[in-house]
Amino acid sequence: MLTAHWLYGLSGCLIMTFGLRAVLLNDSLLQRIIALNVMGTGVFMILITIAYRGPDAAPDPIPHALVLTGIVVAVSATALALTLIRRLTEEQDND
Amino acid sequence: MIEVIAATLMLSGLIFFLCGSIGLLRLPDLYSRLHALTKADNLGLGLLLAGLALYQRDLLFALKLILIWLAVLAASSASAYLIAQYSRRQDTDR
Amino acid sequence: MNATNMLFLDILLVIALLSLAWATLTATDARRSVILFIAFGLVLTLAWARLLAPDVALAEAAIGAGLSGALLLAAVQHHPRRALSSERQNTGKLANEKQNDSNPADLKSSVAIRWTLTLFCIALAFVLIWALLQALSSETSDTLAQSVSANLANSGVSNPVTAVLLNFRAYDTLLELAVLLTAVLGIFALSEQRTGYLPAGPVFNGLVSWLVPALILMAGYLLWVGAHAPGGAFQAGATLAAAGVILRLAGKRNIGLPVSKSYLNIILVIGSGLFLLVGLTMLALGRPFLDYPPAMAGYLILLIETAAMISIAATLILAFLGGRPRNREDRSC
Repeated sequence: MLTAHWLYGLSGCLIMTFGLRAVLLNDSLLQRIIALNVMGTGVFMILITIAYRGPDAAPDPIPHALVLTGIVVAVSATALALTLIRRLTEEQDND
Repeated sequence: MIEVIAATLMLSGLIFFLCGSIGLLRLPDLYSRLHALTKADNLGLGLLLAGLALYQRDLLFALKLILIWLAVLAASSASAYLIAQYSRRQDTDR
Repeated sequence: MNATNMLFLDILLVIALLSLAWATLTATDARRSVILFIAFGLVLTLAWARLLAPDVALAEAAIGAGLSGALLLAAVQHHPRRALSSERQNTGKLANEKQNDSNPADLKSSVAIRWTLTLFCIALAFVLIWALLQALSSETSDTLAQSVSANLANSGVSNPVTAVLLNFRAYDTLLELAVLLTAVLGIFALSEQRTGYLPAGPVFNGLVSWLVPALILMAGYLLWVGAHAPGGAFQAGATLAAAGVILRLAGKRNIGLPVSKSYLNIILVIGSGLFLLVGLTMLALGRPFLDYPPAMAGYLILLIETAAMISIAATLILAFLGGRPRNREDRSC
């Protein structure tokens, strides 16, 4: 196990849990979406850390491809969620 | 010898970055902060990239770095102008 | 660079990431947390580059920090107050309607619940760390990574990440394009586009007039280079979308999307459609679904990626518009 594994793996776990706590406890919908994104980032970090094989070895391309897919899916989910929030506030304004 | 020159360039670039960051934190209002940040950081980035290009001694690599620098220069000067203009409008509206 | 210097860099990066994540999540002001999130994404790009994941770093810079940031900033801009503070009253109102439930707003603010959830998160962190340590310390055989490098020569490209995305695991990417399409359909169903921005002044217009062509050129380069170096359809699509976002911000009427609705529909589905068509053609030729003949693989991947880039860019631009485009004939915006 490499030092980089320790450092980035641990911070990936921590970032994911920070994010989860904010998703559960934050009052603002917009900030919950940001928290979901941060949480996803933590997961990406764990995956990229697993793919890393040290400075001289080629990393495993499969987690990299997974994370790339994940980033694009995360942005489309974020866009959909933001539109939902906008619709929700419009409906509440109309009431 | 070239490595010493490259290191000096990079180090002076970093000093400009440091000055820009100190300016951002310490200066009193938006305009002077923008002034410190954009001017000092653009010069700092230029010096840093010049140092890197010398260090690598590869023409294509150097051209890519110059391209990056030009893009950053244009983007940061235009965005600094836009931020300042927006803030000025808000001030005169009040 | 020697190991001690690298360790120093690693520690700095990790501290920056953790503190930015914490600051993003605990900021009381929504706008502040969006800006911190963008900064977090940019530092994360450095971490990906450090962990030898340049493809991911490019995507993070363009999509994770850039476009997500633009989407979130636009959302804060249009609902500065409502998005931040009024949820509590609304959840309260909802709870009053369902009388037998206790009030969720009270529940959420109750100290006991907060602490229970925090403790749960801490426990989860320990479980995660334990699982990760188990996974990393066991000697894995990486048969998957080995089969990628063994078959790379037949994949039509030499960048292993592109090979996984568009050849070995093409299914995933096809479904991902379907997810994008679903998201854009959801956005269309929910809302019309937001009102546009004021026309830009001379300085911004000057920037736009050369930055947009440069971005289009850059997108073409990223698409092409993805076959053998970091890059590919996602990064290229995001770069094209950035050009659209800049045109939108400059108050332009035309932002690269076709005016006609049917053309717009075509460019939205062309990515997944062409992908599916190629897969079905393989079936018709007697090969498994999406299993390209090695001699053709390079061309087919470039074809699929070009179509995917167009659809991804259109999807992301529409996401930034925030809804289905208005008829361009009525000049209301």
